[in-house]
Order: sequence, then C-alpha cells, then structure tokens
Amino acid sequence: MTASVETVTVKVLLFASYADWIGRDTVELSLPAPATVADLIRQLRDELPQADRLPARPLTAINAVHATADSPLREGDEVALLPPLAGG
Amino acid sequence: MISARLTEHPLDLASLLASVGAADRGGIASFVGLVRDHHAGREVKRLEYSAYAPMAEAECAAIVTEAETKWPVRVALSHRIGTLEVGEAAVAVAVAAPHRGEAFEACRYVIEELKRRVPIWKREWYADGSADWVNPAAAGTGNPPEEVAIGSAGGRHG
Repeated sequence: MTASVETVTVKVLLFASYADWIGRDTVELSLPAPATVADLIRQLRDELPQADRLPARPLTAINAVHATADSPLREGDEVALLPPLAGG
Repeated sequence: MISARLTEHPLDLASLLASVGAADRGGIASFVGLVRDHHAGREVKRLEYSAYAPMAEAECAAIVTEAETKWPVRVALSHRIGTLEVGEAAVAVAVAAPHRGEAFEACRYVIEELKRRVPIWKREWYADGSADWVNPAAAGTGNPPEEVAIGSAGGRHG
C-alpha cells in the first residue's frame, strides 16, 4: 500500500449470537476512507467467512451510541454489532 | 444516587421503592420481570443475561432521564446480568409520582424503552441441556434480525 491511501481503522465489538458465530468478540478492521457502517459490514463479510451469517443491516452502535448503516466511521471508533435485543 | 444500573446481584425491589419515595409523591408503580419456565413451547431451566455494559448503562440512564422529563416522576431501574434461575427477577422498575396515573404511564414507558433500546441479550437453557439465544422479533413475527429505527435515529457519536 502506498502512503497516499487513506484508511480508517476501527475496533468491531461482537456480542451474544454474533460472537458465537464469528468465534471471537473483537475484530480490528481497516477500511478505505471515507467509510460507513455499511462498508464495515461488507468488508467484515469479505474477510471472515463466518460473518456471512450476519444480517445485511444489523443493529449497530458507534462508541456506545445507536448508529445506522449510513453513519460515518472515524479513526479509533468502537463499532458494536448488536444482535436482536432481548433485555427484560 | 444511582437510579439506573446493571448488577450481577439479586434485585432488591424494596430498596428501589425506598429510593424513589418522598413526602410529595403519593404513589409508586413498579414492574418486575421474572424468569419464566417456558418459551415457545420449550421448558426453560435458566436464563443467561449478558450486555454491552457501558452502552446498556448509558441507555438505561437516558431512559430514566426521559421519563423524569416527560412526567413529574422519580425513577429507579435495575437490570440483572449473569445466570438466573426460573422465578428470579431479571429487571425491576420503580416510579414514584404525585398521582398514580403518571406513575403507571412512566413505568410502562421505562420497561418498553428498555426492551427496545438497551443492548442486553439472553440465552435460554432448556430441560434437555441445549441452549439458544432469544430473538424476540423472530418469535413474534418471523422478521429477520435487521436494523430497526431506534430512539433519536441518526444521533451521532463524538
């Protein structure tokens, strides 16, 4: 890679069923900038074969705040992929 | 005083009720969610709760603040994490208000928002020794677990 390619590196947090499917609870991912949550999901599916069980648009949070597929990613963000919520 | 929290210890409704009571609040409404012994036709032995703790606590605190802004109430909310046996309390909400109408409305709001927004998961352990993650959406509608609009959608981090 040349130094001119801008990337954004984020930490992906996996929980519950998603962590079971993928076999780990964190993944570090570098994406070409600018990147969104949707880009991250696509790249995760490309890099990890087990990630193809994830829904195309999972519930997500960035730095512990609910996000959407269009939400932009910044360097160092913690992006959580949230399985269907089941509190209570 | 902490009015919204996750805990690994058994919930104490009496202390929640005491924490919201005051001389100018004439009523307290409460809701306690218990571990049920069956789900979708299967016998359930225990539930294992887990959370994205920093976000779950922040969302619970936000829900309490919202309720206390919408109604003249004082709210306390606790959710238990870890392994719970049938009959144990998983969540408890106490809402004190000058009058009962506000207390009931705000209590309902808090538990419904908790179920909708707070990142907590549960795995059911069945009588035959197997286990499965609970998906409330799939149980009711058959919908896939896709993104849903939550709260102030589009709210940004940073």
